[in-house]
Amino acid sequence: MSARAETRLWIAQRASAVALALCVVVHLVVIIYAMRGGLSAAEILGRTRGNVGWAAFYTVFVLAAAVHAPIGLRAIAMEWLGWRGRSLSIAMHLAALGLAVLGLRAVWAVFA
Amino acid sequence: MRSDFRARNHPAWWAFLVHRLSGLALAVFLPVHFLVLGQALAGEAALDGLLAWTQRPLVKTAEWGLVVLLAAHLTGGLRLLALEFLPWRDWQKSLLAAAAGLTIVAGLALALAL
Repeated sequence: MSARAETRLWIAQRASAVALALCVVVHLVVIIYAMRGGLSAAEILGRTRGNVGWAAFYTVFVLAAAVHAPIGLRAIAMEWLGWRGRSLSIAMHLAALGLAVLGLRAVWAVFA
Repeated sequence: MRSDFRARNHPAWWAFLVHRLSGLALAVFLPVHFLVLGQALAGEAALDGLLAWTQRPLVKTAEWGLVVLLAAHLTGGLRLLALEFLPWRDWQKSLLAAAAGLTIVAGLALALAL
């Protein structure tokens, strides 16, 4: 992969990391708050259904994670498995697409 | 250059390993997390069915572990961003300890909530 493309991935990894840092802080607070007394579908959906603010937050969260995770997995595949080249690039694009689709589906599931 | 035990027996190397393994675990967990939430499409009862399963002690423990890994990946990542983007300061040497400490705080807070 060209140095230019590697640089773009490096920037994407840091930019998504900054977005994720903010999202994960909020997420951890919500998790610890919500886990008190156990989780229930009614409690979760009561918070998220029809709530545009949470939907927007989770949409950003999902898209940032869909960018961030495959770039990290790519580094692991290259350094620990020696996997390189076009097949790795295709696999990581599919991973990003898969995470985005599943994640946005989940956002829709708790919003609609 | 070979990365032998001398290079590895260092806090920063362990920070790298924790960051990598926690990231890997989170990436594997993420699709499962999304699929479980997607169950809400099949109705509240379907989601409750899965949530009831998560009340088992072993699953609860695993969930707690995942949240700790998330906290570890967050604090380790903030450390990396500070090292890469902020001008070097002496206090940045303490970031490792701060990251570990904040991770423990998150883990204990969740343990209290469980």
